[in-house]
Amino acid sequence: MTARFGQYAKYLILLLFSFLMLYPVFLMISSSFKSNLEILTSPLGLPQSLSFENYVMVWEKVSFGSYVWNSVYVSALSVFFILFISSLAAFYLSRFSFRWNPFVLFFFMIGLMLPMKLAILPLYMIMLQLNLLDTLTSLVILYVAGGIPFAVFVFYGFFRTLPTELDQSARLDGCNSFQVYYKIILPLMKPALATVGIVHLIGVWNDFFYPLIFLKSEELSTIPLGVLTLFGEYDTEWNLLFASLTISSLPMIVAFLFASKQFIEGLTSGAIK
Amino acid sequence: MPVLEKTTEIQPKTSKRKRTNWKKHLVHLFLLPALLFYVWFQVYPIFSAFLNSFFEWNGLRRGEFIGLGNFVRLFTEAPFEETFYRALGHNVIFFIGTVLAKLIVAFLLALLINSKIRGKEFFKTVLFLPKLLSVIVVGFLFSLILNPTYGALNTFLRFIGLEELARPWLGDPNTALYTIILVNGWYGLGFAVLIFLAGLQAIPSEIYDAAKMDGASGFTMLMKMTIPLAMPSIMVMTILTFIGAFETFELIFAMQGSQAGPYFSTDVLATFFYRLAFGSVDGGESIGLGSALAVVLFLMISSATAILLFFFKRKEYEQ
Repeated sequence: MTARFGQYAKYLILLLFSFLMLYPVFLMISSSFKSNLEILTSPLGLPQSLSFENYVMVWEKVSFGSYVWNSVYVSALSVFFILFISSLAAFYLSRFSFRWNPFVLFFFMIGLMLPMKLAILPLYMIMLQLNLLDTLTSLVILYVAGGIPFAVFVFYGFFRTLPTELDQSARLDGCNSFQVYYKIILPLMKPALATVGIVHLIGVWNDFFYPLIFLKSEELSTIPLGVLTLFGEYDTEWNLLFASLTISSLPMIVAFLFASKQFIEGLTSGAIK
Repeated sequence: MPVLEKTTEIQPKTSKRKRTNWKKHLVHLFLLPALLFYVWFQVYPIFSAFLNSFFEWNGLRRGEFIGLGNFVRLFTEAPFEETFYRALGHNVIFFIGTVLAKLIVAFLLALLINSKIRGKEFFKTVLFLPKLLSVIVVGFLFSLILNPTYGALNTFLRFIGLEELARPWLGDPNTALYTIILVNGWYGLGFAVLIFLAGLQAIPSEIYDAAKMDGASGFTMLMKMTIPLAMPSIMVMTILTFIGAFETFELIFAMQGSQAGPYFSTDVLATFFYRLAFGSVDGGESIGLGSALAVVLFLMISSATAILLFFFKRKEYEQ
């Protein structure tokens, strides 16, 4: 009897917390379909009809479309270069035995612990000198640089589990190092690429700090910075605010629902190892 | 023409050797881009931040070397000194609040998910969901939910007859910081649960069977076996929370602005740093002070991490 009761209590607690986690997200999405009046008069009620009017308005009134495009552009380029550059470096560190390799690896690992927010002033001055302030390129450069330590760390661990016989036989067949990387290693490392790619995609897509510091022109804003502008200019039109928050979050939530295992594995792997 | 023959015979030989040498060095191109980006935009800026803190600054121009002058001003000169200690206190409260919430609530939830129940994957997925949102989105979403007049929370409290509990959560200096800590807890709870869960799943189940045979109660097993054995994950979580608490910026910026209102009641070192570095209108000498503050934060984070690691390592050996 008490065991039975205990079992119910477990589910009750877990369901309560699940509700607490889900409800604010649900409220955000459901409010994005309401009119402003509806939100203010009955904030908890369900939307009376499924209208996409707010989304159209956000798209036309505040040029949210360009924010979305900027975010997609920065995220795609950053993730691509992180994966490409870091996998090359990890390939070098794990497949060649130069005597400085252990030091280089350790040097990269230090980067896992550097709080880059604190180096923002020197970064600002570097970008000023490079004439890259207020460009999306500055963001891509910073995300790539910041993404390298974690990516090298994961890829290096992955390469060590890959047997070297494959690349040796490819070399005997006349492949050079780049061909070994491109034809043998790259197809085998898809799971590691997915893990690292997801982690950095979420990080870059959601980042607010670098755009806040480095972007000045409104038309270059990424989504999080665009949301800030919107909250400043339309702070009474809650329907638009909720719609913008939903647009910002929905891509990651949908991707998560399709591949929650990879997401969870990726985001916790950095902490556990 | 024997001379020509000779050269044609030699030339391919030398050029071939040259080419293989050249190709041998080509292999370093694998490492070069990563190393270049990492050194230029990660390592050098950190060093540079340290260096800058020892100089006087006029706008973006570096002035004279003044040793620890910026640090002395930060710690002793009004109004910086008052702001610094107040913000530091808030960071400490932020850390203690968050770490308590995680160690108690998230650990309990991890224990529940690790026990014999159905729907483990569902609970893991749902609890983790907030972590996918941008911190800035979380901040703005909750500033709408917590709005005193139209927000969902106060509406709900009025609806169930608890009107006296409804208050301007973010507008009252007495509640603002704690409210933000709770929102931060909401955002990071699922991540903590997953870290603890990984720690719990690493414990072999046989030892529990043995303890049960010896007649150990559930509570004894929790205190004497589960918690000590899950210590590595508790350690990792504590360190990550510490780093997060001393770097916290976006949530406060979104909910209270860079002035960290009301009346600086939610001001932390990172918002203070932001105002010093980018917020001042005159742009005067704040780069020196900002760099000094960044160095202080950096040293706090890295030394606390080292101390925590040392402390937990010793604990592990004592078991």
